[in-house]
Amino acid sequence: MRILVAVKRVPMTGGRIVLTEDEQAIETRHLGFTISPHEECGVEEAVRLIEANGGESVVLTLGPGEAEEQLRDAMAIGIDRAVHLVTDGEEWDPQATAGAILEVIREDEAANGRFDLLLFGNESADTGGYQVGIRIAHALGRPIATGLKAVTVDDGTVRCEQEVAGGRDVYVLPLPAVVTVKEGLNLPRYPSVPGRLRAQRKPLESRSPVRPEPRLERLRLVVPEGEGKQAEILGEGAAAAPRVVEVLQQIGVV
Amino acid sequence: MSTNAPAAARAVVIGCGIVGSSVAYHLTRLGWADVVLLDKGPLPNPGGSTGHASNFIFLVDHSKEMTQLTLESVRQYREMDVFTECGGIEVARTEERMEELRRRMASAKSWGIEPVSLLTPAEIKELVPFVDESILLGGFHTPGVGVVDSLRAGTIMRERAVDAGALQVLPNTEVQGMGVERGRIRTVETSRGTIEAETVVVACGVWSPLIARMAGAHIPLTPMVHQMIDVGPVPRFERSPRAIEFPIVRDMDVFMYERQDGTSLEIGSYAHRSIVHDPEEIPSIEQAALSPTEFPFTQADFDPQMVDALDLMPEIVGDESVGVKYAINGLISLTPDGMPILGETPEVRGLWSAAAVWVKEGPGVGKSIAEWMVHGESHIDLHSSDVARFHDHQKTRAHVKARTTEAFPKTYGIIHPAEQWSSDRGLRYSPMRERERELGAVFYEVAGWERPHWYEANAPLVERYGVKPRKAEWDARWWSPIINAEHLAMREHAGLFDLSAFAIFDVQGPGALDALQRSVLAQMDVAVGRVVYTPVLAPGGGFRSDLTIMRLGDDEFRIVTGGAHGMADRKLFSDQLPDDGSATLVDVTTAWTTIGLWGPRARDILSTVTSDDVSHAGFPFGTCRVIEIGSQLVLASRISYVGDLGWELYVPIEQGARLWDVVWEAGQPHGLTACGIGVYGTTGRLEKSYRAFAAELESEYTVVEAGMTRPTVKEQDFVGREAHLRHREEEPAAILCTLTVDDHTSRSGVERFPLGREPITLRDGTPLTDAKGRRSYVTSAGAGPSLGRYILMAYLPPEQAVEGSTELAVEYMDERYPVTVDVVGSAPIFDPENTRIRS
Repeated sequence: MRILVAVKRVPMTGGRIVLTEDEQAIETRHLGFTISPHEECGVEEAVRLIEANGGESVVLTLGPGEAEEQLRDAMAIGIDRAVHLVTDGEEWDPQATAGAILEVIREDEAANGRFDLLLFGNESADTGGYQVGIRIAHALGRPIATGLKAVTVDDGTVRCEQEVAGGRDVYVLPLPAVVTVKEGLNLPRYPSVPGRLRAQRKPLESRSPVRPEPRLERLRLVVPEGEGKQAEILGEGAAAAPRVVEVLQQIGVV
Repeated sequence: MSTNAPAAARAVVIGCGIVGSSVAYHLTRLGWADVVLLDKGPLPNPGGSTGHASNFIFLVDHSKEMTQLTLESVRQYREMDVFTECGGIEVARTEERMEELRRRMASAKSWGIEPVSLLTPAEIKELVPFVDESILLGGFHTPGVGVVDSLRAGTIMRERAVDAGALQVLPNTEVQGMGVERGRIRTVETSRGTIEAETVVVACGVWSPLIARMAGAHIPLTPMVHQMIDVGPVPRFERSPRAIEFPIVRDMDVFMYERQDGTSLEIGSYAHRSIVHDPEEIPSIEQAALSPTEFPFTQADFDPQMVDALDLMPEIVGDESVGVKYAINGLISLTPDGMPILGETPEVRGLWSAAAVWVKEGPGVGKSIAEWMVHGESHIDLHSSDVARFHDHQKTRAHVKARTTEAFPKTYGIIHPAEQWSSDRGLRYSPMRERERELGAVFYEVAGWERPHWYEANAPLVERYGVKPRKAEWDARWWSPIINAEHLAMREHAGLFDLSAFAIFDVQGPGALDALQRSVLAQMDVAVGRVVYTPVLAPGGGFRSDLTIMRLGDDEFRIVTGGAHGMADRKLFSDQLPDDGSATLVDVTTAWTTIGLWGPRARDILSTVTSDDVSHAGFPFGTCRVIEIGSQLVLASRISYVGDLGWELYVPIEQGARLWDVVWEAGQPHGLTACGIGVYGTTGRLEKSYRAFAAELESEYTVVEAGMTRPTVKEQDFVGREAHLRHREEEPAAILCTLTVDDHTSRSGVERFPLGREPITLRDGTPLTDAKGRRSYVTSAGAGPSLGRYILMAYLPPEQAVEGSTELAVEYMDERYPVTVDVVGSAPIFDPENTRIRS
C-alpha cells in the first residue's frame, strides 16, 4: 500500500512562549522545533502500516528550509522518502496549504499510483486550523474521519476510532481515504542511530511553491493567560510518601 | 516566596550548583557562621550546567593543578557517598594517540594516581565487551574513574551547613545589582531585598560574566555547546545490577565519550564545530523548554559523530531497537586558556570568582576557595586558575571567543606542552618588531606579546656549533636547534634579547618601602641603586611569585616580573598598599621596553656606546643606574637570568628600536647574536639552575625546599614570615635538585628528550614520594648546550638528594632513562662560582 503523511514544523513547547515585539510571530531564539505531536503519531502509524502491509510511505511538509530536519526525523523512524514544499518562513493559511499539498498528491499519484491513505494531524500544534485534511478530502472526493485515536487497515477498508464523551465512535471507510489523527494514537518510537544515518541518504524532493495571496489577515498574536509552570513540593524523603500516594490517587494512577 | 533576605552576611554565595553549594559549605566548615547561598532557580536543580552534566570523573590530567582539584573533589564525593567507581578507559585509534596515552601514564605517576595501566585491544574488550576492539590500538585504564550524583552532593552540602546553623539558602532569588564602594563590595541587591555583604562569591557558571559585570569585574568565560545524546534501552544493560557497571570509554581520537547510565548509553561529543553563545543569550528559566542551559539539539552537528560511535560500539549503537531518547546542546563554561577562574577579582576587593568549574573539580574548588577566603591561601596552588591572571585584552569578548573557539576542538586533543595559540595573535609587539622580522624571528606569545623564541637568521650557527637536531617529532615540535646555537653564541660572545614582555610596576610614595617590605621576603631597605631578587611568599610560606625590585629612590621602587604572571603579581602588591594613599602602584609595563645584553663581550660592547663607567668596580653586579647611550638615557640593571656578564637596559618604549640598533651595530665586531626566549627562559636559565615561578616555585614548596634559604630573615614583617621561620627550623621534605640525563637512547634507538612534568623514579620505575606525600617529577627540562648535557630540575626526597647519585631515572613515553643528580640545592651546574656574572 501507499501512504502519505503530512507534518508541520512547530516550536517545541515547554517554556513560556514569548512573542516578537511586533506581535506577529513567536520569538524562536531559544526554542527547538519538532513535528507537531499529532503528526508524530501519524508518522509512526504510517511506518507501522507499511511494516505490516508492505508498500511505500512518503512524508510531506510545507515549511521553511529548516523543516528538512523534521522530514529527516520522520525518515529516521522508517518513512521511505520526503517531499519538502519550501517556504520563506511565512505562515500559509489552511486553504493555501491544502492547495499546495493537493498539487503534490495529484502529481505523485499520476506518476506512482494512488495513495491508499492520506494521514494528517487533527490540527497543528501552533496555528490549530483543523482544516487541511478536510479540505484535501473534499477536493479529492475521498471519505475522511477526523480526530482518531485508532486506525486499523483491513482488506481495502480503514477502521477509525474517534474518542467521544463516554466512549468511542467507530467508522469504517473504504480506501482510498483521508484520516486525521490525534496524539495517543500510538506511542511513537525513538529513532535509532542506524535509522538516523539511513535518513540522511533517503530521497528528499524539494519544491518551491508560490504562496497565494492570503485570504486571512493576521492582526496580531496574543499569548493566552496560562498557568505557567507550577510545581508543588510534596515533601522530602520518606515523609513525602503519603502525599505522593494521595496525589497519585487523585489523578487516578493508583 | 515571601522569605526575605537577611540584612547582612559574612559571605553571599551566588549560585546553587555544585560549585556554589560547595563554597558555601566549606566556608561554614572553616568557621564562618553567617553565610547566605542564593540562586535565581529552584532547588535542587537550579537550571545551570550542574543539572545536565554527564557527571563522570577521569582523574588524570597533564595539569597538576587540575588533577589535585579533581582528586580532592573525588575524596569529598566519596565521603558523601555519591561516587560510583566504574573505571574509565581512554582508547586510541591511532599511534599518535598511543603516544599521548603513554604520556598520560607519566602524568599519572607524577601526580600519584594509581593504579593505571595501558591495555591491549583484547583487554579493553574484556572490560567493555560491546566495543569493536579491531579498530583500537590500545587504551589507558584508570580503575578509579567514576560517576557522581552532583545534584545530590550539592543538596548534602547545603543541608549540612544549614543543619549547622551557619547557612541560609534562598532559591528563586535573583541578583539584581551589587553595591561597590571605594573598590570594595558592600551589598548584593536581590529580589528578596538587599544584603550587606563582607564578601561575595560568584559561582554562577555560564552566567558568571553577567553577575560579575554588575560589580564592574570581569570573569572572562563563555558558554559553549557540548552535545550529548542518550540512547536506549540497551538490552545488555537491562541486566545490570547498578546504574553503571562498565568502564566509561573516552574515544579520544574522535573526541567522544560513551558511558552507561542505567539502561541507556550516554554519548557525548567534543567533535562538533565550536558553538559559542553569549551569556545574554541564555533564556530565562520560564522561557526554557528544558532548563536554561539545555539548548535545543542541532542534529546536523552531531551526524558525523554517530558514525564514529557506531564504529566503536556497533552492538549497542547499531541496534535498531535502541532509540535516541534525549539529545541536547548542553552549555558548558570555557575560558581563553582552559583553566577555571578562581579567586578574588582584581577589580573589586571582597568579590570572588568560582567560575568555569566542571563537576569533576567542583567540591575541590569549593574547599580551595573557602580556604583562600578564610586563611588567605588554598592548600592547592591555584596560580593557573587565578582570576587575577588576565591581562586587559584577555578579558574581552573577542579574545574569549577566539581562544575558546580554537580550544573547544582540542578538549580531547593532543596538546604539546609548548603549543602556541593561532587565534587572536599579533596584539602586542615590541618596538624592535621590524628588526626581529628581518632576522626571521619565530614569535611565541605570552600575555599578548609576540616574543622572538629564536631567529631563523641564526640557522648557520647550528652547523658552526654542531648542534644536533632532535629526531623524535614530538620532542622537536615547537623547538629548534637554533635555540642551542644562539645559546652557545651568547656564551662565546654575547647575546641581545628582547624582553619587552616584562610587566613593570612603579611603587612610589612615603609608604612605598613599608608596602614592599610587607610584600616580599627580601630586605627592601637597601641602598638606592640596588637591585633585589626576591621571592614573594604565600601566608603558608610557599611561593606566590619571584621577581626583581630596583630601588630607584628613597620612596621609589620598580618591580619587574614576567609577563605571564604579571597581572597576578600586580594584585599581590596592590593588596599590600596602605589605605591612606601614602604609596601608589602604577603599571608602567607599556612605558618601558627592556633589552638584555649578556655574554663575555657584553662589557666590551656596552663600553663602545657609553662613556659611563661600566667596569666591574664602577658598575657592580646587583646594581642599577642611568647611563647615557648616545642621546638616550638608559636605566641599566646589572643582573642576569642567563648566567653571564651583562645588563638589562630600560628605555621608554618609543626609543627601544633605536637602542637595539645602537647596541646591535656596536656588537657586530664582537660577535653579538640576537637570542630568543628559548635561551632566556630555558637553556640559559637551566644551566644556572635558576628557578622559574610556576615550574619550580609553587605555593606547595617552601623556600628551604627550593634551596633558596638566605642566611638571615629580615626583622620586618612580611606575608609568610611566620611560616618561613618555622620552615627554617624543620628538615625539608624535599630538596630541589638539578639532574642531567645520562642516556637518551630509547628502545627503538631514537634519542628522546623529556619536556617536563615526567616522573623521576628509581631505576626500576619505583616512584619517589616525599614525607608530605608529593611525588618527584621534572619541574623544568631543557638542553644545557654549554655543558653538553640535558638538564632536568626536580624536588627529591632528602635520601635521594645526593650529589653524584646514579640511582634515578626519568620516565618518558613509558620508558626510563638514567639520570645523575648533579646539584642538590641552588648552586648552578654551569659556572658554579659565578665567575662569568661577576667578572
